[in-house]
Amino acid sequence: MMCATGDPADSKGPAGDQGPADEDARFSELLEDSAEDLYERAPCGYLSTLLDGRIAKVNATLLDWLGYERGDLVGRRHFSDLLTVGGRLYHETHFAPLLRMQGEISGIALELKAADGSRLPVMVTSTVKTGSDGQPLLIRTTLFDARDRRAYERELLRARKEADLERDRLKLLNTTLQKTLLPPVPANVPGLDVAAHYHIASVDEVGGDFYDLFPLAAGTWGLFLGDVCGKGAAAAAVTSLARYTLRAAAVYNPDPAAVLNNLNTVLNHEYNGNDPRFCTVVFGLLTPDPQRGGFRITLASGGHPPALLMRADGTADYLPTPGGQLIGVLPDAHIATTTVHLAPGDTLLLHTDGLTEAHTTSAGGEDRYGDDALLDFGRGLAPTTASGTIGAVRDLLDSFGTGVDDDTAVLAIHVPRTTCEERQ
Amino acid sequence: MDVRIRNHVTVTGRAGAPVVMLAHGFGCDQNMWRLVVPALERDFTVVLFDHVGSGNSQLSAWSRDRYGSLDGYVEDVLEMCRELALGPVTFVGHSVSAMMGVLAAAREPDAFAGLVLLAPSPCFIDDPATGYRGGFSGADIDELLESLDANYLGWSGAMAPVIMGNPERPELGEELTNSFCRTDPEIAGVFARVTFLSDNRADLAAVRVPTLVAQCSNDAIAPPEVGAFVHARIPESRLVTLNATGHCPQLAAPEETAAAIAAFAGALG
Repeated sequence: MMCATGDPADSKGPAGDQGPADEDARFSELLEDSAEDLYERAPCGYLSTLLDGRIAKVNATLLDWLGYERGDLVGRRHFSDLLTVGGRLYHETHFAPLLRMQGEISGIALELKAADGSRLPVMVTSTVKTGSDGQPLLIRTTLFDARDRRAYERELLRARKEADLERDRLKLLNTTLQKTLLPPVPANVPGLDVAAHYHIASVDEVGGDFYDLFPLAAGTWGLFLGDVCGKGAAAAAVTSLARYTLRAAAVYNPDPAAVLNNLNTVLNHEYNGNDPRFCTVVFGLLTPDPQRGGFRITLASGGHPPALLMRADGTADYLPTPGGQLIGVLPDAHIATTTVHLAPGDTLLLHTDGLTEAHTTSAGGEDRYGDDALLDFGRGLAPTTASGTIGAVRDLLDSFGTGVDDDTAVLAIHVPRTTCEERQ
Repeated sequence: MDVRIRNHVTVTGRAGAPVVMLAHGFGCDQNMWRLVVPALERDFTVVLFDHVGSGNSQLSAWSRDRYGSLDGYVEDVLEMCRELALGPVTFVGHSVSAMMGVLAAAREPDAFAGLVLLAPSPCFIDDPATGYRGGFSGADIDELLESLDANYLGWSGAMAPVIMGNPERPELGEELTNSFCRTDPEIAGVFARVTFLSDNRADLAAVRVPTLVAQCSNDAIAPPEVGAFVHARIPESRLVTLNATGHCPQLAAPEETAAAIAAFAGALG
């Protein structure tokens, strides 16, 4: 406030002919508020009740608000009689016990019922007055008119409920959208055991992980697993584009490096402005190997975490594809490839970094699960199967709890041993 | 799941003595009993607990499915009796918990030496068809839910992380004002419906254990005729009317309430 409120002795100006003594007199005249008047005409309701709630004293303001005469209330009615029935229930189950236990309670929203049946929203604060021996004597209550505030709170509550509904709707939409980005069930590949899992870290946003496994010409199969940078609708659009580009490109030329090069070109064309969109992808071409049994797989990687091979003999290793660059960033990304033989009993695991980047303590600490731990995990698991691997990864993710803060996609393929191999 | 943690069970008093189990009603938690516990501790083993969803119970154990009716709470009481293995207990149920005691005793009478029904009501809603007067209508209960809503504005945003995030440090929750009566608004709303919309009038006759019906003078929630109704329907019951006013005699008149519980439970041997 900028107006002068200082010492009356400092007052000068047009009214300066009145001395300080006059000022004082006028001031005290103004304040000639008896304590009684201050109580009766205060801008809030005052109520004193006995410990059982019976009204012992009430001020004129509250009587005015309610339209009662003093004699209607004092000694005749209880505080809870002034409340709506719902308010009375709240009073008996919350207000009164808390007041007893704490000696005071403040800012409780209740509604009073006036003599004419109308309702007055109030904010209630009560304290227990105790005697010199600490024994409770009576309850003092102040009541503030809360019509405006209640209207505002109702609006807040309504907005919150609406927001809750919207969030539920959005979650449903996200989950549905996420499902459309993934194959419903892994394809049934002759001579191969396939399992996959998608862990959704947050239902509030669509994640950008994706995978697929699909037939190509003459007994060969294509598979891919990738991770689009970012989350939400924009990432989902890239995911969708990446998925159909990969499938179409693989039909045109199934060489894995060529497939990823085509995806790189498409992403570069699509997002060449200020909003670059990129992803990491591993693409594999599976070809049956009649001589040695099992399959040959050529993997091309664009900046993606290496696949983990868990062999029939119980060993496990990453299949490194060093130098592979992110897809969608550079016009000519370098794609790294590697070819291995998947023998009967071998299992190959592809994963996104949601798994290795997971916090191992649910408190959200800096400890990440990491590549080494995943390798040890694979060594502990081998030899295994596709469903065995995915089951173990799901258990692992469960053990991280809320530590998994990014979506995680895992795809496992396993070459089953034939019956005669098992006998050997 | 350990029921002691789930229900924040506290066992106090004299070991080996007859057991009194105190069950709080809708609204607050086991702190409701703190004024009567000192008087009971001398002669009884006293078991206190929070209903799931209230006080320092494990909120994660709450589900709409289990606690959408009194049955979940009744199961909890029976599970606690089994797990604590203290022998038959005198179950003191305040308000809605009185009916939990009625249902539990009907289901497993051997677990109970007796029942104390403190300010009980088997049905809060009026039933004009039978002339039963519980004192309330369905619309009144909606109004209560509004009251709950209006007074839980600050809960979910600001308070929930404080309360939910520190289950291992309940004292943090304890220091908060109004914490005895504070819980998740969703849970409070469901518990309010269970409390005020259940009708257990038909279950009273199945009680076969000695029962004390203790009603208050001038109780805005459970009027005298409701106490009389409960007494009339439970075969082996006695009715006392406490001088205490209001719905919470354990707070309004702790000595009188403790004396009534002690006299009844003590006489059961």
